[in-house]
Amino acid sequence: MLAGRSAPAFIAFIVAGDPDRAKCVQIAKAVIDAGADILELGMPFSDPVADGPTIQRADERALQGGMNTDLLFDIIREIREYSEIPIVLLTYFNIVYKRGMDRFYHEASSAGLDAILIVDMPVEESEEASRLAYDVSIHQIFLVTPTTSAKRLELILSKAGGFLYLVSTLGVTGVRKKLSADALHLIERVKGRTHLPLAVGFGISTPDQVSQLIRGGADAIIVGSALVDIIEKHLHDWNTACSEIASYIKRMKQASGEYKQE
Amino acid sequence: MTRGRFGEYGGQYVPETLMGALGELENAYQRFRENKESMATLHHYLTEYAGRPTKLTFCENLSSLFGCRVYLKREDLLHGGAHKINNTLGQALLAKFMGKERLIAETGAGQHGVATAIAGAVLGIPVEVYMGEVDIERQRLNVYRMSLLGARVIPVTTGTRTLKDAINEALRDWVTNVKTTHYLIGSVVGPHPYPRMVRDFQSIIGVETREQILTKEGRLPDVILACVGGGSNAIGMFYPFLKDDVRLIGVEAGGKGLETGEHGASLCAGSKGVLHGALTYVLQDADGQILNTHSVSAGLDYPAVGPEHSMLKDAHRVEYAAVTDTEVLEAFSLLSRKEGIIPALESAHALAQATKVKDELEKDDIMVINLSGRGDKDVVEVARLEGMVP
Ligand SMILES: Cc1ncc(COP(=O)(O)O)c(C=O)c1O
Repeated sequence: MLAGRSAPAFIAFIVAGDPDRAKCVQIAKAVIDAGADILELGMPFSDPVADGPTIQRADERALQGGMNTDLLFDIIREIREYSEIPIVLLTYFNIVYKRGMDRFYHEASSAGLDAILIVDMPVEESEEASRLAYDVSIHQIFLVTPTTSAKRLELILSKAGGFLYLVSTLGVTGVRKKLSADALHLIERVKGRTHLPLAVGFGISTPDQVSQLIRGGADAIIVGSALVDIIEKHLHDWNTACSEIASYIKRMKQASGEYKQE
Repeated sequence: MTRGRFGEYGGQYVPETLMGALGELENAYQRFRENKESMATLHHYLTEYAGRPTKLTFCENLSSLFGCRVYLKREDLLHGGAHKINNTLGQALLAKFMGKERLIAETGAGQHGVATAIAGAVLGIPVEVYMGEVDIERQRLNVYRMSLLGARVIPVTTGTRTLKDAINEALRDWVTNVKTTHYLIGSVVGPHPYPRMVRDFQSIIGVETREQILTKEGRLPDVILACVGGGSNAIGMFYPFLKDDVRLIGVEAGGKGLETGEHGASLCAGSKGVLHGALTYVLQDADGQILNTHSVSAGLDYPAVGPEHSMLKDAHRVEYAAVTDTEVLEAFSLLSRKEGIIPALESAHALAQATKVKDELEKDDIMVINLSGRGDKDVVEVARLEGMVP
């Protein structure tokens, strides 16, 4: 999905329905207009074990705002009408399972979804999901982390589609001050072993971290909690939320662009 | 499909970061079990320190009241006051065997937190326990016990602030500190290998009961009851009887009644879903969001259940029932007055169902109730509910 790109890509994550459907779509449009290359939507879940406090709070806001699976597909459809930007869904397994795996993948695909990452579905549990993804032409994305063994990396690479999501550090989502050494080491481990682009995420928030990762060989950067933090700060002034998001993304894009222009 | 299925249930639905740790745990557990010295050490701690074997007490007064032969399996007599220590000693020794430097645990009633704190203290491993704010409030005594035992209690303020959120927070901690830390889960829930491992550690309940009843009565019981939160005391009791012609009944938290939606009866009123790493029966809405639960007993206030119970339900090998808070409080008082034993509110669920099942039994029929814990921890809460203290 990042095929043919020369410049590194910026992937923006927001929580679908945070704080409600209309405002979330408005933010998504601001994200797109600011030049994000891929939009990642997180489906809120009552028990998001892979997420830190920032995204947990966004999930709670969205669920309180009435977010549900029907609305998720509506939001995807609405964004798809606005733009051709690739949309990736991040979700927990139970949301997909409860809908019926088959039904979920078909609905997602017809809404215009391009790729899906099920956070708590390791590759060993992915047989049905991967088959459905293939059937409806959605990329099934997988995580690789600093604790992924060589053997499991092999297995993941054999199943992964879209891009490879490298988790920069041990732990949950959330902004971190320093880039962990694990991130660069992980890029080194995987680089050259797959044709898939390498996208690095978890904890990234500053232009400096972005340039370090790009220099280290990342093809794309995923930023989530930092965006959600901005949204949370401006919940009562949505226009400012949108403009702050836009200028933040532009700064981050510059950091990823500069290196390639050198 | 991953390893560790019970029929279609179970599995390993966890973020990638934990897959390495689960593999490591599975391998280590295998070696631990095959290691004679490790098993001897566990046996030593269970007998010399925790107080095993526990008695199988014949209850004269309940028997004449029920019109059948009633026995209690006395897990309440164990050090710490509940069956939880069977598991925590096992896992804490395993953590040492694996070279882990730190134990984390979740707790609802506080019993598992206390049992982990005890194991950590005696084996010299630091312990941190996640506990929901709501549970901290209603199980004050156990919070204080944990700190006396040298454990740090970390209040959980997210979500419903009860057991499920404490598990979420423990999982987040584990994802972050997986290299140094063992997550000591307190029931037969979570991803493989936990449901199997915790069952193995708790099976001693059923193994002893079998021997004891054969000695006392010369035959197996007709019916065995146990309460089901995550399901560890129940599976520990049932597992050694699964192949026998014995009626097995698991009793869930009916809370304010199944029709009110305020309960913790995942098997009686839930549907298939994935929570905390396993496919099992869960309480969820039509979109797969996990529902709030309610029970008078913090230890049963959980929206899922061990995957092996889900399989046993579908196979109709175990019956599952639910009793209400009110019925539980009656049973709590009944056992206290008739037998001089104050049961944990969790265990009082099994007793409450026993007062119904008794009508189907004959005078010579044998009923065994697993008394998973003692009720000291609940005394203040029950007094509050009865309006005796503010
Ligand atoms: C005394 C007692 N019984 C039962 C339970 C429920 O757990 P499980 O269903 O795993 O035995 C608890 C949990 O805290 C408990 O303290």
